[in-house]
Amino acid sequence: MTEVLKRDEVVAARGVRVTFGAVKALDGADLVIHSGECVGLVGHNGAGKSTIVNVINGGLTPHEGTITYGGQDERGISAARANGVRCVFQELSLCPNLTVTENARIMHPDLKGWNWRSGALALVEAHLQEIFPGHSIDGDSTVDDLSIAERQMVEIAISFAGTDKKPKLVILDEPTSSLDAGLAAQLMAYIRKFVSEGGSVLLISHILGEILSTSDRIVVMKDGRVTADRAAGEFSTRSLVEAMGNVVREQEWARAAATKTGEPVLSMPPRRGHGLAFEAYRGEMIGLAGLGGHGQTEALLDLYLDRNSNWWPTRRREIAFVAGDRSLNGTFPLWSILKNLSVASLGQLSTNRMVDRMREETLGESWKKRIEIRTPDMDNRILSLSGGNQQKVLFARALATTADIVLMDDPMRGVDIGTKQEVYDILRSEAANGRTFIWYSTEMDEIRLCDRVYVFREGAIMEELIGEDITEKNILAASFSEGAAA
Amino acid sequence: MKISSGTIRLLIPAASLALLLAAVFYMQPRAMSYNGLNLLFNLAVPIALATIAQMLIMSVNDLDLSMGTFVSFCACVAATMLQTSPMLGILIFVGAIAAYAAIGVVIHVRELPSIVVTLGMSFVWGGLAVLLLPSPGGTAPAWARWVMTAKPPLVPMAIVASIVIAGVTHFIVMRSSFGVLMRGVGGNNRSVQRAGWSVIGVRAGTYALAGFFAILSGIALVGLTTSADANIALRYTLLSIAGVILGGGQFVGGKVSPIGAVIGALTLTLAGSFLSFMRISPDWQIGAQGAILIVVLALRLALNRLEKREKSL
Amino acid sequence: MTPHRFLLGKPWIWSFAATVIVWIITVLFTGGASSFGLSQAALTFAAFSVIVGIGQMFVITLGPGNIDLSVPATMTLSGTLALKLMDVQDGMILVGLLASIGIGLIVGLGNYVLIKLLRIPPIIATLSMSFIIQSVAIWSNRGLRIKPPEMLANFTTSDLFGIPNVALVAFLLSVLAWVLLEKSIYGRWISAIGQSMFAARMASIPVDGTRLVTYMLCAVLAALCGYLLASFSGGAALNMGSEYLLLSIAVVVIGGTAVAGGNSNIPGIWGASLFLFLVVSMLNTYGFGAGFRLILTGLIIIVVILLAGGRQSFR
Repeated sequence: MTEVLKRDEVVAARGVRVTFGAVKALDGADLVIHSGECVGLVGHNGAGKSTIVNVINGGLTPHEGTITYGGQDERGISAARANGVRCVFQELSLCPNLTVTENARIMHPDLKGWNWRSGALALVEAHLQEIFPGHSIDGDSTVDDLSIAERQMVEIAISFAGTDKKPKLVILDEPTSSLDAGLAAQLMAYIRKFVSEGGSVLLISHILGEILSTSDRIVVMKDGRVTADRAAGEFSTRSLVEAMGNVVREQEWARAAATKTGEPVLSMPPRRGHGLAFEAYRGEMIGLAGLGGHGQTEALLDLYLDRNSNWWPTRRREIAFVAGDRSLNGTFPLWSILKNLSVASLGQLSTNRMVDRMREETLGESWKKRIEIRTPDMDNRILSLSGGNQQKVLFARALATTADIVLMDDPMRGVDIGTKQEVYDILRSEAANGRTFIWYSTEMDEIRLCDRVYVFREGAIMEELIGEDITEKNILAASFSEGAAA
Repeated sequence: MKISSGTIRLLIPAASLALLLAAVFYMQPRAMSYNGLNLLFNLAVPIALATIAQMLIMSVNDLDLSMGTFVSFCACVAATMLQTSPMLGILIFVGAIAAYAAIGVVIHVRELPSIVVTLGMSFVWGGLAVLLLPSPGGTAPAWARWVMTAKPPLVPMAIVASIVIAGVTHFIVMRSSFGVLMRGVGGNNRSVQRAGWSVIGVRAGTYALAGFFAILSGIALVGLTTSADANIALRYTLLSIAGVILGGGQFVGGKVSPIGAVIGALTLTLAGSFLSFMRISPDWQIGAQGAILIVVLALRLALNRLEKREKSL
Repeated sequence: MTPHRFLLGKPWIWSFAATVIVWIITVLFTGGASSFGLSQAALTFAAFSVIVGIGQMFVITLGPGNIDLSVPATMTLSGTLALKLMDVQDGMILVGLLASIGIGLIVGLGNYVLIKLLRIPPIIATLSMSFIIQSVAIWSNRGLRIKPPEMLANFTTSDLFGIPNVALVAFLLSVLAWVLLEKSIYGRWISAIGQSMFAARMASIPVDGTRLVTYMLCAVLAALCGYLLASFSGGAALNMGSEYLLLSIAVVVIGGTAVAGGNSNIPGIWGASLFLFLVVSMLNTYGFGAGFRLILTGLIIIVVILLAGGRQSFR
C-alpha cells in the first residue's frame, strides 16, 4: 500500500519550516501531491500559500523539512523543472515584447532546429485550442498587443504544453483572476481532463466555487500550517470559510465610541464603477481588508496622489503615507536613521529652506524615545536597524508630520509581535487626538483593531463592516466570492 | 487581419523617410537618378551599421556611449593594419570583439551602469585610435574601397547595402533563436533565467555581435573616405542612438527593429541633404536632426496614446 | 569610528591622494622648477571642469538614467552669445553674465519639458536639445571670433595671491553647491529622489518640481562655464564645449559620486578634476602622447566604477 503511494507521489513536502526574520512563513507544513489529482489550496493572507508554492517549485529552500520529487530528494528550480513542475504565477512571466510563439521558444528550450517557429506555433495553437476552444489568439501577435485575459490564457497554454516531456504538475496561482466566467469554466474543464489523464494540478483561487467543483482534495492552510486536508466533497463554502478562520482569540479592544461624526475628511466614489463608496471621518481608524492584491494598495495610492502636488512643495501637509514594502518604497537606504525619519517634515524643521540641524535632532530624539527605536545613535545607517525598527522609523516619519490623515499600506508585514503592540498603542492614542488612520492590513488581528472596515474584492469595495460586525468570519465571507465557476 | 504593433512602429519611420525623399525629389528632380541616389545615401551605410550595433546593445536594455570612438578605432585599424598586414588586422578585430563580449559580462556580473563603463571605454578606444594614427592618413584596403564604390546595375550600392544590412540583421534579431533570447532578456530578464537560459551568455553574445557590426561600420567608412583619422566617427555615438530611436526602437523592454534602425539611419543622412536642397544654411543641419528627432518622438507618443485608448475601449 | 570606515565614508579622499601623488611625481621629474606654474595651470583648468561637473553631479544624483548631454552645446551657445552681446564693451559685462544665466535657464527648462512631455529618457531629450542649441550657436557665431571685453578677459586670466581667479569663482560656486546639497531642503530632496523616486513621492517630495530645478541648475552652471571659458580663451569657438561632454561625467564618477544616484560628492569633483589634469601634464612631461593619456583616463574611470560598484554591493 505505502509502496504504491510512494510511487505515485509527484511532489512531497514534509515538515517544511521557512522563516523570514521573526516571521514563521511555514511552520511544519506537509503537502503531498499525487499524480492524477487536482489539489485545491486555500487560506487567508499570510497563511503560507505562496511560500509553499515557492518551496515546491524550487525557488525557496526550506530551513527544515524535506522536499522530494517522485521520491527523489532534489533541490533548486532546475530540479523542479526537470521533474515536470511548472508554475503559472499571478504576475505574468511572459516577455511582453515577444510574440506568443517566441515566448514558447524561451519557455521550452528543447524547441530547436531551423524550423522551431512552426513547431512552437503548432504547440501553442494546439494547447490553446484544447484548453480554450474557440479562442481568437494569433500565435504571431506580440504579447503586448494581447488583452490581459489573453496573456493569461497564453501563459496557461504554454505551461500545460510539453514537447518531449509532458508536465507532471502544474501550479496555478489565481489562474482565473482576469478570465471571464466562460473562459474560467473552460479552464476548469481542462484541468479535470488533464488530471484524468494522469497529470496533477495545484490550484489556488479566491473563488471557492472553482476550488470546490474542480479539486479532488482541498488543503486549508493557516499560520504556516496545514489545518485541514480532506476530500473536496466533505467541504462546503461555509465550512471552508470556517476552516480558514481562527479558533481561539476574540480579545477585544476598546473602539472609539462615536464613528462617522461631522463631515468626512476624505472620500472617494465607488471604484471601478461598482461596489461601495469610501468615506473617512476625523479620528477614525479604518481598515481595508480582503485578500492581498485586490485593489487596496491602488486605492491608497489614489487617495494619496490626488492630494499631493508633484511640482510644488505643499505648504501644509494634510496626508501622510506609511509604506509596507520597506525596501521598495519606504526607506532611503543611503541615509541615516535620523534623515529617514525627518524627510517628510523638513518644512517645519527649517528656516529659509535650510534645515536646522538642532531642531532635526530634537525631533529625532523625541521620536526615538516615544516609539523606542533601538539604536545607540540616530546617525547610524537605516540599514543597521532590524526590519521591525526600520518600520518604526517609517511610522515615526508619518506621525512626526502635521498631517491629519495617515495612510498605511500593510506596514506591519514581517514585524515581530512586540513591536506591533508598541505601535498599536501609539496609533490608538494618535487616533484619540483626532488623527484619521486608513490602514490596509493583511493580518486579521490588525483589521479587528479598526473602528470600521472596508472589504475589497476584485478592485472594488464589496462590504462595509462596523464595530462588532468586524469578525474574521464576516471578513472571510466577503473576501472570497462564492461564484459557482464550473 | 490585425496589424501588429511592431508594424505600426515601423510605419512612422518609413513614412518620414518617404516624405523626406519625396521632398528632396520635388526640389531637386535630378536626385531621382542612379548617381543622385548614390550621392544622397552613400554615407548612410556606415551609419546604418553603427546604428545596428547600438540597437543590439539597446535590445538588452544597455547603451553604448563608446560607439563613435570604437568605430573611429576600427576605421584606423582598417586603414593601417588591415591594409598592410591583413592577418594582424583581423587578429585585432577578433580581440576587439572579445573585448566587447567581456564588457557585456562585466556589466552583467557587477550590475554596473552600461553608460559609465562604455564612457570609460570610449576614452580607451579613442586613445588606441590616436596611437595608431596620430594624424589623418592611412589607406583603405582595396577590397573595402571596391565594395563601397561598386556600381551594381539598376540600384546604387548604398541602397543595395542598406537592404542587405536590414535583411541580415532582421533575420538575426527577429527570426533566429538567439535574437529571441536577446530580446527576451530585454523584455523580461527573470523569466528567461527561470526557463534555464544563461543570461550572461546571451549578454556576452549580444555585445560581441554589436562589436562585429561596429567593425563593419568602421571598414565601410574607410572604404568611402579612403583614409582615416582618430576622430573620424565621433558623431556616430549620438547618431546611432538617434537612429535607433527614429526607427521605432526603445531604450528599455527589448523593443527594437533592425529594419527601423536602418530606415532611421537613412532618414538622418537624408535630412542633411534635404536641408542643403532647401537652401537652408548648413548651420541648421544639426539642429534639424534634433528637431526631426523631437517631432518623431512626439508623433510616436501620440500614436501610443491612440493605441492605448483603442485597447481600453 | 575606525579609520577604515572613515575612508569608506569619504570616497573623495582617494582622488585627492592620487592628485598629490601625481603632482609630486611630475614636480620631481622637472626638478621642482615647475611646481608653482603647474599648480596654477592645474587650478585654472580644473576650475572649468569643476563648474560643469557640479551641474552634472546634481543631475546624476537624481538617479539612474539622469544625465545631461546638452552641457557642451550650452557652453558654446552661452559663450558665443554673451561675447556677441558684450561686443568688447566693459560696461556690458554684467549684461552678458545675465544673458548667459538666462540661456541656461531656458535650456534647462527645455530639457525637462522634453523629458516630461515626450516621456523620453533624459539622455535622448538632452541629446536632441543639444542638436538644436548647437545649431543656434553655429548660426549666431558665423565663424566670427569676437574678443571678450578687456576687463573680463583680464579678470579670467589673472590671479589673486597666486590663486587664479577662475579657480576662486569655481571655489565659490562649490561652496554654494555644498551648502545647497548638505544643508538645504532641496539637497535632501534630490538625494531622496536619487535613492528611490517612488519613495520620495510617497514622502511628499515634489518630485517633478525638484527635477526641473535640477536640470535648470545644471544648464545654468554649464552656461556660466561657457561664459568664463570663452572670456578666458579670448573668444568663443564652436567646439569649445565638446571635450566637456565626457569630462563632466568622468569627474563626477571619479570623484566618488554614486552613479546609481542619491549620493553626491563635491570635494571629489575637485580631486578628480585636478587629478585628470595632472595626469595629462605628467604624461606630457614624460613624453607620452595623447593616445596614452586617453587610454589611461578611460582605464581610471573603469577601475573607479569597478571599485565603487563593489563597495555598493558590499553594503
